Amino acid sequence: MADASNTDAFVEFERVQKSYDGETLVVKDLNLTMPRGEFLTMLGPSGSGKTTCLMMLAGFETATHGDIRLGGTSINNIPPHKRGIGMVFQNYALFPHMTIAENLSFPLEVRKMGKSEREEKIKRALDMVEMGAFGGRRPAQLSGGQQQRIALARALVFEPELVLMDEPLGALDKQLREKMQFEITSLAHNLGITTVYVTHDQTEAMTMSDRVAVFDDGVIQQLAPPDQLYEEPENSFVAQFIGENNTLEGVVKEINGEVALVQLDDGEVIDCKPINVGVGDRTRVSIRPERVEFNKERLKEGTHTVKAEVLEFIYMGDIFRTRLRVAGNDEFIIKTRNAPDQVRLEPGAQIEVGWLPEDCRALDA
Amino acid sequence: MLAADGTPLKKSLARALRLQKMRALALIAPLLIFVLVSFIIPIVSMLFRSVENSIVADTLPLTVVELQAWDSDSGELTGEPVFAAFVADMVVAIEAKQHTRLGTRLNYEQTGMSSLFRKSGRKIKRMDPATDAPFKDKLIEVDKKWGDVETWRVIKTHSVRITNGYFLNAVDMQRTPEGAQAQPEDKQILIRLFGRTLIMSLIITGSCILLGYPVAWILANLPMRTANVLMILVLLPFWTSLLVRTSAWKVMLQQQGVINEVLVWLGMVADDARLVMINNQLGTIIAMTHILLPFMILPMYSVMQTIQPTYLRAAKSMGATNWTAFWRVYFPLSVPGIGAGSILVFILAIGYDITPEIVGGTKGVFISNRIAYHISSSLNWGLAAALGTILLAVVLILYWAYDKIVGIDNVKLG
Ligand SMILES: Nc1ncnc2c1ncn2[C@@H]1O[C@H](COP(=O)(O)OP(=O)(O)O)[C@@H](O)[C@H]1O
Ligand SMILES: [Mg+2]
Repeated sequence: MADASNTDAFVEFERVQKSYDGETLVVKDLNLTMPRGEFLTMLGPSGSGKTTCLMMLAGFETATHGDIRLGGTSINNIPPHKRGIGMVFQNYALFPHMTIAENLSFPLEVRKMGKSEREEKIKRALDMVEMGAFGGRRPAQLSGGQQQRIALARALVFEPELVLMDEPLGALDKQLREKMQFEITSLAHNLGITTVYVTHDQTEAMTMSDRVAVFDDGVIQQLAPPDQLYEEPENSFVAQFIGENNTLEGVVKEINGEVALVQLDDGEVIDCKPINVGVGDRTRVSIRPERVEFNKERLKEGTHTVKAEVLEFIYMGDIFRTRLRVAGNDEFIIKTRNAPDQVRLEPGAQIEVGWLPEDCRALDA
Repeated sequence: MLAADGTPLKKSLARALRLQKMRALALIAPLLIFVLVSFIIPIVSMLFRSVENSIVADTLPLTVVELQAWDSDSGELTGEPVFAAFVADMVVAIEAKQHTRLGTRLNYEQTGMSSLFRKSGRKIKRMDPATDAPFKDKLIEVDKKWGDVETWRVIKTHSVRITNGYFLNAVDMQRTPEGAQAQPEDKQILIRLFGRTLIMSLIITGSCILLGYPVAWILANLPMRTANVLMILVLLPFWTSLLVRTSAWKVMLQQQGVINEVLVWLGMVADDARLVMINNQLGTIIAMTHILLPFMILPMYSVMQTIQPTYLRAAKSMGATNWTAFWRVYFPLSVPGIGAGSILVFILAIGYDITPEIVGGTKGVFISNRIAYHISSSLNWGLAAALGTILLAVVLILYWAYDKIVGIDNVKLG
């Protein structure tokens, strides 16, 4: 795990701010440290400032305030072409008037590399993305997925230490996207390059990254490895944004160390784990659907149960998704595995559901 | 393959589509007819006029037949039968007032013919072809040119109904009984004019590229709102009369004009050595570059707008300097715009006549000024048509060459 004092910090943002119009900050006080070889994803809704951060790192936008460092030296005043950062763009930006081989040759030519060395590197890069036979084609003669691979090969062919990718898979269909996700991560790890990856697709972020930075409103809401992000969201934006989530609203009555007493809006009092709330605050209690149990035999010691009414039962093949009314919330979802002994709940049934207090996180409202 | 009712599938498909086709045709019919009437027919008529030459054979039918037997190279004057036939033809022609037109036509080939026909017409009117024979001496008495072999040779040479004479004239040659021959030195101006027109059009196209490219680039890279405002400035010339714009250049460029006055006032040019910038080729080039510039900027702009800025960013991220990124990536992608603009400007320039007429003086006029002169002043429409046809052919050849070298798919107007 990287932290700010890490000596091999490779990419650093320190108190970076960015404003386009001089009135609003698109990026507010960004602090981020990446060690060498890390695959970090910037995840967030559209307009949250991810691309802006990437462009500042690449040198196409200047930071309004703060310092960006690469390998320990500030790059604020280094023009983009001297930063040596590979980039993959959302629309690939393959030069349409050049063949694939010429596209790959471009970064090598501007580095004044000899012909034989260029050809060798191009061949290696094309083989790496399994496109060896396509060197003579034009970008327009390739499918979207193939163009994507070429864009990747072109960003890697000059062996940059850092590669930036801005929603590179956004234009591909689901299956291809999943295949490419795997290929990109394994390439990045095999080559040992540091990668900053931007996406608004949380599954992509979760499956590919060493760490994910969740952006909202120009601020990193949480920076953590995927499992931690999912299981221990630090605020209700992250809890909502990552995965499916049930929320119950209420007020924190008491906090005793690791346990908070929350009075829900319908009067029920439950035990929760306090995260970023104090006594007297309004809170949103967050519970993951798969951590909710209704089968009395499986309820663990010490679980608190509340009454619930079954509203809808959805058969999804591998799992059952059941919508309940809990404490006045009609959108309370539980997920259960489709096992032979699993109960299928009937709409209208009155049941009791429960969860462990540590799975129930009291977050900001 | 048969359709359900047993007719061949092809036939029933054609029947099914016929109604649609008719409807489509009816929709475009007004435009089709308009284009035919206003565009295709004039061109066809021009092509025809450039070779059509029925007037001699129509006006002097008997004479032309008689002249066939005469050997124009013998040096001997034609015999009495030709003179008799000529008088008979002339009497009819004078009645129909056709003889002066014939004179005008033959005057293109030999000066003096027009007055000869007018003068002789008045005399021949009083002759009677049936009773007043023989005519040979009488005609020579009317005008001794009728006793000149050359007069008859001209009539005989140009008595064919389809002639290459106009085309020969258009390339500084003439039709003679001995075949095509070069015009006398002092009449050889048209080839030089063609050459000048082509070279100056190329120069104008070149200056439009040089001046228009940066403007189009700025327009394409500014925010939409600003670009639209500036676009009005580019289009502004379209809303001003061509004559006004051209005359404005006259005001600017003449020796007592704005530019010279300023230069003299600044002391950069001596008062007695004012620059000659008008009534010569320079004047034509300056004024036409200005007038044709929008036709270069607009296609360039619309092509540049489609070049995504990420291409440049990609190039720079791969280590290209601003210049390399521009030259290796942006410029090649903008070439279709340059191509389209160049074709437009060049073809427009080659056919321009008003501006060269006003600011070009004698050294800066184009072939089109010559065409205009022959259409409206000398009324030699055949020559004008031949010049126009050659111009059309040159444009088509250049277009073809352009397609071979650059590829016409590489031309984008938007
Ligand atoms: N070139 C620009 N000029 C002005 N505003 C911009 C520009 N680029 C982005 N923005 C604004 O900055 C905010 C963040 O944009 P962006 O970084 O592209 O977000 P994301 O990539 O997360 O979708 C948005 O509100 C966007 O409108
Ligand atoms: Mg973006």
